[in-house]
Amino acid sequence: MTNRKLRSAAMALSAAALSLSLAACGSSGPAGTTASADSATMWGLTGGNQPVLQQSVDAWNTAHSDQTIKLDFFANDAYKTKVRTAVGAGQGPTFIYGWGGGVLKSYVDAGQVTDLTDFLKENPDVADRYLPSILENGKIDGKMYAVPNNNVQPVVLYFNKEVFEKVGAQPPKTWDELMALVPKFKEAGVAPFSLGGQSKWPDLMWLEYLVDRIGGPEVFANIAADKPGAWSDPAVKEALTKIQELVDAGGFINGFSSIAADSNADQALLYTGKAAMVLQGGWIYQGMKKDAADFVSSGKLGFTTFPTVAGGKGDPANVVGNPSNFWSISSKATDSQKKAALDYVKSGMFTGADTQALIDSGAVPVTTGIESKLAASPDKDFLTFVYSMAKDAPDFTMSWDQALSPAQGDAMLSNLDQIFLKKISPEQFIDTMNATIGK
Amino acid sequence: MSASTGTSRRALETGPSGWLAVPALVFFLAFAIIPLFGVLFLSFTKWNGLGEIQLEGFSSWITALTDPITANALVVTAKIMFFSFIVQAPISLLLGVFTSAGHKYRAALAVLYFVPLLLSSAAVAIAFKALLDPNFGLGAGLGLPILTQDWLGNSDLVLFVVVFVIAWQFVPFHTLIYQGGVRQIPTSLYEAAQIDGAGRMQQFFSITLPQLKYTIITSSTLMVVGSLAYFDLIFVLTGGGPGYATRLLPLHMYLTGFKANDMGAASALGVILVVIGLALALILQRLGGKNRNDSQMEGA
Repeated sequence: MTNRKLRSAAMALSAAALSLSLAACGSSGPAGTTASADSATMWGLTGGNQPVLQQSVDAWNTAHSDQTIKLDFFANDAYKTKVRTAVGAGQGPTFIYGWGGGVLKSYVDAGQVTDLTDFLKENPDVADRYLPSILENGKIDGKMYAVPNNNVQPVVLYFNKEVFEKVGAQPPKTWDELMALVPKFKEAGVAPFSLGGQSKWPDLMWLEYLVDRIGGPEVFANIAADKPGAWSDPAVKEALTKIQELVDAGGFINGFSSIAADSNADQALLYTGKAAMVLQGGWIYQGMKKDAADFVSSGKLGFTTFPTVAGGKGDPANVVGNPSNFWSISSKATDSQKKAALDYVKSGMFTGADTQALIDSGAVPVTTGIESKLAASPDKDFLTFVYSMAKDAPDFTMSWDQALSPAQGDAMLSNLDQIFLKKISPEQFIDTMNATIGK
Repeated sequence: MSASTGTSRRALETGPSGWLAVPALVFFLAFAIIPLFGVLFLSFTKWNGLGEIQLEGFSSWITALTDPITANALVVTAKIMFFSFIVQAPISLLLGVFTSAGHKYRAALAVLYFVPLLLSSAAVAIAFKALLDPNFGLGAGLGLPILTQDWLGNSDLVLFVVVFVIAWQFVPFHTLIYQGGVRQIPTSLYEAAQIDGAGRMQQFFSITLPQLKYTIITSSTLMVVGSLAYFDLIFVLTGGGPGYATRLLPLHMYLTGFKANDMGAASALGVILVVIGLALALILQRLGGKNRNDSQMEGA
């Protein structure tokens, strides 16, 4: 073989290697049911609600062979990138899964999602089944573009009761108590807090709660309303400072910045007793119920609200997190796809079986009149806790990365990551973020 | 481009017909050149990926070039390029020379060396991510504290971990190239050297290494230009983190485009990437001298 031939062979090899690795990236979920080319398409998220959604769509497809829905699942972080690119390219699914907020607004601005206002007027029973405060999050500029599709997801402080007993500690009610617990757990060889820092959004839960407890919900409301300099509120600086103090004290587990929340490694640290606490969304209860059934059923999993901060203005009953996830209907879908999608929204989801399946999975559906069902569940402690937390909250702030525009949300997560790594100061964070306002 | 119309002797002299290049050229035009101009166009626009594309002059270029993360990404890219070259080049050269010899057990070893070549980058990254996890990984599993470093979460360490994983994945490929290169060297050269009393080391430095000149250039070109494309492995392994410690240029381009939804600035970064890649490839080819593409074999 001459060198030239060798080189082209090498090129061919590298091209083959490249295309192989590209092919490996194109993941597709479990094969859908027998679906025609004009079936409505739906992209869901893996994890927590995956089996419930699968059952719901399977039941729908069995009963409506002429209006089938083709369902695929994606991991959270991957989905957020994929769906936006697909929608922008006109290849999006009929059902667009979302969180409301700034991302939904960007779809509305680009004319990518269907206005559901008239549909909800014509079908009052659809609107009536939701808790009103949660349905409200599907509204942009006075029009409805999304309907809630699963469970209420406040951010909860989970703890491992066994570890707490071993150390002889009580769950923290104030920030000072929380800081005092850190050396106790470290002495016992347990990390005080687990954190999925590589995914960045778990970091955000700390900032959201601290800002709310210190300055109240108005601080973020001003940021979300694009008021100039809104990040300069002293509550933001104090919250960031407190986060860095907690990092300095060794509050987070060794290697937190390389732990990805998508793989549920952060919750595994809690139930294996390597970490005492984790601040995470209500949805991880479902994951732990599945992955660590004994741990949950034997009552070793504790949960409480985020501690108060001395001198803080925020109501300790305030909640941050995801009011729910939502379905929007693509405006680029064909008429038959849209019709199938609306029919599913009307009579396919939140059926008695769906609602019960959600409750059985350890989630609180966003529908009205479920108190008795929650009380009858083996998970009633957690479910009633979450339900009353959400229902009684004076304010429920939507996760900031979803509430803001995508450009701002991304800058915020990247800079917050830097705060946790102590690469930047709170002042630098505030300056950078003020510059993104209006973007 | 000259079609071979003359005698078979003339055909031999001018090489194969230029028409053979047409299919490749068509694909190259459709999937490389045209998109390249598309990206060049997008770099002068502002586009969030969803709405209208707006012509904005140089604003995306200014955004991309004044962003301190871009400068950092260039440094990270250069570091990864440098370290992965100095790690991979000697190892693959020595392994290639070693596996090119014809003993039976070496063939078996060679097969083992090539296993990483068969795995996709995503699979390699997921496997290493699990092995290097400080809480559930190899160190914790075997109870070896030395292995329970925060490999991927330590900003100072992570770059070298990435270089190691890249080397683990790509050394087999370059070993293969060197193995082929060594097998082209006429055995008569070694026989003559042996008669003259040259030892193994002398044979290696006086025959093998000079004869491998063009192979070294080919392999180095692929290594250096290839480091501009270490995207998938790093994306899965570290996501560019912690912080910006492993956010190299292609990853920065991707995250700017698909996470921050700034397609204009991402396109500008893409153009920069192409320019750097072309410049590096040209420089390395220059090092090969004028006759770099000629055969080294006698009579061919």
